[in-house]
Amino acid sequence: MDVLVTQVFNGLSGGSILLLAALGLALTFGQMGVINMAHGEFIMAGAYTAFVMQQVLGAAGLSLLVSLPMAFLVGGLLGVLLEATLLRRMYHRPLDTLLVTWGVSLILQQLARDVFGTAGVDVPAPGWLSGPVEVLGFSFPRSRLFILALAIAAVVALSLALRLTPLGRRIRATVQNRQLAESSGISTRRTDVLTFFIGSGLAGVAGVVLTLMGSISSNLGTSYIVDAFLVVIVGGIGQIKGAVIAAFVLGTVQSWVEYSTTASIAKVILLALVVAFLQARPQGIFQVRTRSLA
Amino acid sequence: MLRMEDVDIAYGRTTVVHGVSIEVPADGVAAVMGHNGAGKTTLLRAAVGLLPARSGRILLDGEDVTALPPNRRVRRGLAYVPQGQQSFGQLTTAENLRVVADGRPRGAALVDEALDLFPALKGLLGRRAGLLSGGQRQQLAIARALITEPRLLILDEPTEGIQPSVVAEIERTILDLTRRGGLSVLLVEQHVGFALDAAGRYYVLAAGRVTAEGSGGTGAATDVRTAMAI
Repeated sequence: MDVLVTQVFNGLSGGSILLLAALGLALTFGQMGVINMAHGEFIMAGAYTAFVMQQVLGAAGLSLLVSLPMAFLVGGLLGVLLEATLLRRMYHRPLDTLLVTWGVSLILQQLARDVFGTAGVDVPAPGWLSGPVEVLGFSFPRSRLFILALAIAAVVALSLALRLTPLGRRIRATVQNRQLAESSGISTRRTDVLTFFIGSGLAGVAGVVLTLMGSISSNLGTSYIVDAFLVVIVGGIGQIKGAVIAAFVLGTVQSWVEYSTTASIAKVILLALVVAFLQARPQGIFQVRTRSLA
Repeated sequence: MLRMEDVDIAYGRTTVVHGVSIEVPADGVAAVMGHNGAGKTTLLRAAVGLLPARSGRILLDGEDVTALPPNRRVRRGLAYVPQGQQSFGQLTTAENLRVVADGRPRGAALVDEALDLFPALKGLLGRRAGLLSGGQRQQLAIARALITEPRLLILDEPTEGIQPSVVAEIERTILDLTRRGGLSVLLVEQHVGFALDAAGRYYVLAAGRVTAEGSGGTGAATDVRTAMAI
């Protein structure tokens, strides 16, 4: 029973981290079709934002709460800069986008090494996130519960924003039929920029969360970018709910396989399972259903 | 209202519309007719801004809009109903209308007015547009265009591929719109009778060139059919 509860919790916890890393990609890759390899470095930028905030503010609790919106802003602005300077010229050229953003990711990693050094740095968690919480005789780390709650809050906020706000409607309309959106009076240019801002901002938030998991360094993003793409592809391109399910399923599978093997073997088995799944269901968990192509 | 002057349009190196000039008068209707592949849709897409004109000028109320993107032409009073009953398939009927109404001072009232024109849509507001029938999607497309309060409505084969009972309703609505004033219409239509009934001026396009033009009205049907047969 102990093992079952622990593994289920580890799966949910791992899934919530994957989800936070992938949620922004679900917008920029899943919805806009832009393969942004620098998304991982936006996560890293968010993590270093938390580090800088703690250096400036001192108090860990306050700095964490300030870091979340600040990292969203930093990630978002980096995304807008990338979109405005490079990506806007490369829509519908996925291979070019992949190469260019990979180059940008290398530049950002080097920049982080130059500014913060090559050694990892720690961002101590505030006292209220240290230690475990006892529930029904089981103990769960507070930081992991915080991450889970934050992931759920991020998904709910994003889903509500996409469904209920004018910007959300414009984003969904532009994603579905760019030319129709443009000829209906929607500025797809402005919508693209705002979509990229939100998607990249979510990467920044994921970075703050990762500081609760251990020390951070310039290659933090590279550890998560492949997993984040896996989540979006398995979930079904353009489907936020698919990304949510995929993140928790992948997190749970990884947690169980890791329990009986090692982390490296678990990664290999997970990738093999994903390949097998995509052979059987190339469109991912969810697909768009309509009576017409429009 | 709209003037296209000596417009060339190309796909890559291949020019498909050659030196075409057409005019839609204020509060008037112009119809463009021709066989498939004549360049009608290409001409409309250039008028809207979805395709660049390689040469020539496009004037909206005397203002040169040739270089403006489509959304800015829409803000200047142009609305476009493309071929193929296009909608935002994953958005509901209500969201398809609201996404265009958002940010407009009379947004909610405009949605209500559009729904009054197509009452059939009132019972489908919560349904995803991708699940509507072709006729319902075309009504939605016209309603969405009207919410932008256009002074020029561009319609690309609005009755193509739609069941006859709905075609009659769509044709009636278009004729009503053109007769109540304040709206100019540029219409591409295969159905010559309906096009000439609606239009004060017609153009026949063949191989990307205007091969005949004249005043509309049902009396012009023979001339148009002769021009299209050549």
